[in-house]
Amino acid sequence: MTQDYASQIHRCFRCGYCKFPTDYSSLNCPSFRRFRFDSYSTGGRLWLIYAWLRNEIDWSEHLAEILYACTTCKNCVEQCPMKFSTDIVDWIVGARSDMVEKGRIPPQVARFFEAVHGYGNPLKLLRSDRAAWADGTKKYEPGDEYLFYVGCLGSYDENGQKMARSLADVLSAAGVSFGILGNEEECCGNEVYMLGEMGLFQTLAEKNNQQFKELSVTNIVTLSPHAYNVMKNNYHQFGADFAEYHYTVYHYTQLLYGLIKENKIRLSNNKAKVTYQDPCFLGRYNQIYDEPRQILQSIPGIELVEMERNRENSFCCGGGSGNFVMDLLAGGKDSPSRARVREAHDTGAEVLAVACPSCLTMFTDAIKAEDLDDKLVVKGISQIVKESLSSK
Amino acid sequence: MLELKFDKTKCADCKAVSCLVKCQYMHFDRDTARTEWQKVVNGEDSQVLHDCATCYSCEEYCPFGNHPFYLIVERQEEKGILPAPRPITTMWINQCQPIGRFTVGKVEEKAMSFCFLPQFGILAGGKLFEDIAWSSIFGQEFFCNAVYLHFARMSVIRDRLPKVIENIAKQGIKELVCLHDECYGTFTSLAPAYGIELPFKPVHYYEHLYDKLKELKDEIQPLNVKVAYFRNCSARLIPETDHFVDDIFGLIGVDRVQREYDHENALCCAELIRVSKGPEMADDVQKRNLDDMLKAGAEYCVFNCPGCWDSMVEKVVKTGIKPIHMIDLCKLAIGEEQALTPPEPALEV
Amino acid sequence: MSDIYATLQEIVGKDYVSNQAEERYFYGRDPGLMPPHEPDYVVMPRTTEEVQEIIRLANKEKVAVVPKGAGLSLTGLVIPQIGGIVMDMKRMEGIEVNEAGRYVIVEGGVTHAALKSHLQKNYPHLRHSIPDSPPIATIVANAVIHGQGRLTQQRGFNSDMVSGLEVVLPTGEVCRIGSCAVSSYWFSKGPPMPDLSGLFLGWFGTTGVITRLGMKLYPCKKMRDVMLYITDRAELIPDIIRKLSHTEMMEDIVVSCAPLPLRFKGVFNMLVYITGDSEEELEFKRKMAWDALREYFESRDGGFMGVSPYMKPSLLAMPSKDTTRFADVSKGGGFEYSGPIAPIEKYPQYVKKLEELASKYNLFYSSAARVIDGGHSMMFSFSYTFNRADPDTMNRAKTALDEAAEFALDEGGVIWKPNLNEQRMVMERMDPNTLKLLGKIKQLLDPNGIMNPGNWEAK
Repeated sequence: MTQDYASQIHRCFRCGYCKFPTDYSSLNCPSFRRFRFDSYSTGGRLWLIYAWLRNEIDWSEHLAEILYACTTCKNCVEQCPMKFSTDIVDWIVGARSDMVEKGRIPPQVARFFEAVHGYGNPLKLLRSDRAAWADGTKKYEPGDEYLFYVGCLGSYDENGQKMARSLADVLSAAGVSFGILGNEEECCGNEVYMLGEMGLFQTLAEKNNQQFKELSVTNIVTLSPHAYNVMKNNYHQFGADFAEYHYTVYHYTQLLYGLIKENKIRLSNNKAKVTYQDPCFLGRYNQIYDEPRQILQSIPGIELVEMERNRENSFCCGGGSGNFVMDLLAGGKDSPSRARVREAHDTGAEVLAVACPSCLTMFTDAIKAEDLDDKLVVKGISQIVKESLSSK
Repeated sequence: MLELKFDKTKCADCKAVSCLVKCQYMHFDRDTARTEWQKVVNGEDSQVLHDCATCYSCEEYCPFGNHPFYLIVERQEEKGILPAPRPITTMWINQCQPIGRFTVGKVEEKAMSFCFLPQFGILAGGKLFEDIAWSSIFGQEFFCNAVYLHFARMSVIRDRLPKVIENIAKQGIKELVCLHDECYGTFTSLAPAYGIELPFKPVHYYEHLYDKLKELKDEIQPLNVKVAYFRNCSARLIPETDHFVDDIFGLIGVDRVQREYDHENALCCAELIRVSKGPEMADDVQKRNLDDMLKAGAEYCVFNCPGCWDSMVEKVVKTGIKPIHMIDLCKLAIGEEQALTPPEPALEV
Repeated sequence: MSDIYATLQEIVGKDYVSNQAEERYFYGRDPGLMPPHEPDYVVMPRTTEEVQEIIRLANKEKVAVVPKGAGLSLTGLVIPQIGGIVMDMKRMEGIEVNEAGRYVIVEGGVTHAALKSHLQKNYPHLRHSIPDSPPIATIVANAVIHGQGRLTQQRGFNSDMVSGLEVVLPTGEVCRIGSCAVSSYWFSKGPPMPDLSGLFLGWFGTTGVITRLGMKLYPCKKMRDVMLYITDRAELIPDIIRKLSHTEMMEDIVVSCAPLPLRFKGVFNMLVYITGDSEEELEFKRKMAWDALREYFESRDGGFMGVSPYMKPSLLAMPSKDTTRFADVSKGGGFEYSGPIAPIEKYPQYVKKLEELASKYNLFYSSAARVIDGGHSMMFSFSYTFNRADPDTMNRAKTALDEAAEFALDEGGVIWKPNLNEQRMVMERMDPNTLKLLGKIKQLLDPNGIMNPGNWEAK
């Protein structure tokens, strides 16, 4: 990967299309929106990486922060007019990987890796507490239809746990045969991959693949779009001979929508005006835009309103690439999560629905910071579905 | 040097002069037609060479298969008559020139030709192509080149066509399903008219569709719609394939509306008329055609050629009739979706 | 120097000033071929008052200030030639539309993207002249370089559409220019008074910092369409333009030539844009265009081609992504053009030179010529691509562009947004008294010589 990006990265013209959504209605690059120096846009980043490769600038913590402030949200990939557009995130990940190899990374990133390496999660919480949320949820056994892969935020984060809990309850109510890995679950590694620690990522992917194989897992449903993305798109490179053993990964919104269509989930009235945040790893990475909306629209009483930027133009919560922990984009009204909750509030919605635990935690904090507690509440779609379950 | 197989005596003996008398765009009585046609045959200047709309129809009208249209094209070029503006002719010649880029799929003995039309990449999917989807060729190297008939450039066809045929043969193709009607016309009418032999068997895609639909007949839900069929210029080279239109419509439960401008009386899409004769004539032809479809109560307008589609699609949409390519119409009948859809109105303001 | 940094932090807040290597690197260069030179500080003011304070500081410390929009001129106009402060204006984002008066007042950092989006959302019947530069280009910087846009054929340079200015002078005073100097309305940049806007437009920030700018807005018709005219005779193009512009009905006329893709080879493509409030209006304009060029249709020297409806969205897009894509057609990530504003009659000679230089320096080329102001002149671009990773192609492109600029000047053109070398060429040819006047004005306005030094320096 390293060689590839190094030979191509000079092709960026720094035209700046990457800064916008399709209709140019605002700035859509999270780090550029936050910092406003061109150096923090995709073009800035690519030019600085090129300068670093050519020894025109030295490594500095500031350079590394600029590189790691990218949430890999893929807005630039969506907007860049050039033929290489689809490679941009790979170039950035490639450069990060080089920095990791050289041991030149910001302390927050180093701490992230240490935590995942030592604890199996970036929050540095005990492995033995991973399933503390689960409250009797059954462990996966061969023959179960789905492995529910909970992920680090679903396992440890207070908000993420609510999302996980409600999903487990909804799946149970729908009669779905599933189980979790409990304390044996390992970090999915999506953030580790995006942050460029390829060695650690390989270890995680191999461990997970091995565990899936030993348990004869055939279907995985993930709480987080990040886990969905990495298992679907990157795991095949590591430790899984898919010719011999194969599993299918679903994001939970795909599964829930299927259950609703099959009438296995019955929904009762839940009057609310709701807007929806497309998670980057579900939307721009995997083109899943409709199912989450279809779930919300299936609930009687819910009025779905769109934010100005939606679907492929959605504005990232700022949590991608480990920033839900490191939060290199924090600070002030220009942080992406705060800008986004203001946009959600402007729709007149009282609920900001999310399909990603990272968005959930970012927006929960942002709503407090924006003093919107009384006006807007952020909820996972699994939580909204659980609230709407018909008692009949 | 490839030469047109043209038999003067057939024209000399011809009483009907259908080639000109039936022409939709030039209006000759029989006597004038005979006089003018003899001028063409004898290599003299004739109004025909200047007024021809290059619609190919006379190839169909001639009962002797004597290739009147190819002769017109030859004569136009000999005399330096430009049916279309010179730069547009140049643009076409340059745009489609071979560049040595062979865009091929996993080609087998039976393959599809997408000609040089990217629309076929969109259309050729789903069950109707499930046993051939990967076996395709596309691009300038496989371009049938018949378009130069519109530009009085038979020399380009003579120059490029044998090489195209060789390129196809080199892929090991024995049977070529031509998705572009004009390719099939080129291989089965134009090539033999110049004594070019084919080392492969061309198959019209209508025949492919018909055979596949028969295989899939249990999945067909009759569409029960009225359609106007948009007959294109190259269909005039291969009228023997026309029966497939009705055969397919029969299989999928489609009613081909009776209208004035169908079958032998069809009007062309007129896009090249616009380029060569100007907007007045083109607008008139297109309007008559659309009015006729409306009058006949058509719900769909079914296209064969992507060129006609591009020139007419927006105008058809404006009438309220739904445009659809023949392949997509067949897809609808087996529960698949229309792949080639009208463009969004481009109104960037 | 650290005092300057601390003071800048006090003025704009610590988040919006940098003296770090990364910002200095990025703001020390642009995507074109001019040699880089790094600033000492990059600062992003939010208000006119902050701009004033920065300018006062710069005067006190005798440090250079370079106001910057998006830095997309490609000719190095905001590369700080002697270091100092680059003032990135993009945080000044206010937009205020006077609907009845058909103008907008924008702050110094408003982008064409932001104004386009604002108008589409709030005033869909109004539009402004959008250039083909990427959407991050700012309204002010584009006017300051006399940019052109979609309405230039009808309305002149984008700077001709300016209807008032608020400027922070190089000595720190705020000054209003045009009707807004005496009225609360921003309808005129000068008339009926002396037009002082000429002291700032075209000066590349050497005479002050424009913090607010009035820009005329124009009716936005409900529909647009594009027609494609092709000819293979360069010598006919001036007359074709004359005939088309005679109709006074074309929104925009752009003539392109390039050796690739193959459909461009050997011919000239003219994109003719029309607008209308109804299909009838559009059809009438199409007919007018056809009729205007009937003579060349009959002679077979040119004709209108059908444009696939699937191609139209990219041709109608504003700004045009295709313009930007040219930078990477040779997978090198770079292009630059010399863009003389020239008499339209010179089109054939310019094309000949464009091809000659491409061949001489083995470069890939293209040209787009946009008709200005109903046919009084054109902007003709000599565009060459280069590979950013290959210094040799960069040198060749630079040399070709220098020769193109010399040629264009010799043939009666004047270089648009000239780089330092081209400014020198222009000033060498300038009437000596005019050149003196230029110098006097600059000395009068900027006694300490702090504003974008190196540019328009009349020696």
